[in-house]
Amino acid sequence: MTDISYQPQQQETEASLGDYFALMKPRVMQLVVFTALVGLLAAPISVHPVIGFASILFVAIGAGASGALNMWWDADIDGVMTRTAKRPVPAGKVTADEAKVLGFALSGLSVMMLALSANLLAAALLAFTIFFYVVIYSMWLKRWTPQNIVIGGAAGAFPPVIGWVIATGSMSVEAWLMFALIFMWTPPHFWALALFMKEDYHNAGVPMLTVTHGRKSTRAHVLAYTVPLALLAVGTAFTSIGGPVYLAVAVVLNALFLKGAYDIWCRNEVQAEADGYKVEKSFFRLSLWYLFAHFGAILAEALLPAAWGIWA
Amino acid sequence: MSIKAEHEIHQRRKGRNVGVGMMLGGFVVLILALTFVKITGGDFEMPRIEEGQ
Repeated sequence: MTDISYQPQQQETEASLGDYFALMKPRVMQLVVFTALVGLLAAPISVHPVIGFASILFVAIGAGASGALNMWWDADIDGVMTRTAKRPVPAGKVTADEAKVLGFALSGLSVMMLALSANLLAAALLAFTIFFYVVIYSMWLKRWTPQNIVIGGAAGAFPPVIGWVIATGSMSVEAWLMFALIFMWTPPHFWALALFMKEDYHNAGVPMLTVTHGRKSTRAHVLAYTVPLALLAVGTAFTSIGGPVYLAVAVVLNALFLKGAYDIWCRNEVQAEADGYKVEKSFFRLSLWYLFAHFGAILAEALLPAAWGIWA
Repeated sequence: MSIKAEHEIHQRRKGRNVGVGMMLGGFVVLILALTFVKITGGDFEMPRIEEGQ
């Protein structure tokens, strides 16, 4: 065998499989898989395990595709921000064109396969979610308005609705309650991040609330969104996807979340600088557990028929 | 005589090719399983034609 194609300088641009996988934002995919699975299992109609597995896989691939397209479009600002500088495109492991091709190919594949494995409505919702995340959020809102996170958060809120539609073939109030939970959770989650990732968004020219309205206003916004979120989250306990387990989880976590948001609102930059944004960082960490635990509780309610019986 | 350039880049390519191969294999198995479930589940059942019609 001869190997005349061997060129040492290619090593810089030859990506591994892991680099392509990283394009798909695996951590976001985890959240998408989990919330879509909860939507599917919380639905009143059961799905064959093979169909359920395949459908959730295609939703995950669709989410990964939108992540790759986001990395293609945002390669310029990702390179400026500390948090995103090591992503495959700004790090020079994968070219922006490769990310674009992979994103478009996987988008088409995932939507088409979801239509075949589940139903057309679920596939249409997945296509809309990809469109919303890539075009509405990444291309339009992100660099234009400080409300980018508020409206763009809808993209991350669709997976449980898609999961529900995979099972039932239609939408209902419960599916939109799960949507609303993620939709209302997204702004305080990202604004807490923006508070302690001080210079990132400013350097990249992304009009986050911290950049356009100042940090004091951002602190007030965190609290202003956390209050209705808490009401919604606790109120969901009294719907058909809620129950005693969910209520207990929601009461504890929302009390902690409200306390965290209140503490953030009470602080100023001098206090935050002094302790290295301790409160903001712990609020951000709590927000991750918050969403996981709420959806975990919805799942528990769906999988524990005994709990249904007591509550009903 | 063959030239064997044992380089990290070849390992990376091999890893990538094996990974893509396994994913394609998995995809084929998944489609097979989906087809089986859909057909046996009655998703593609032909409408019954009553005798005498």
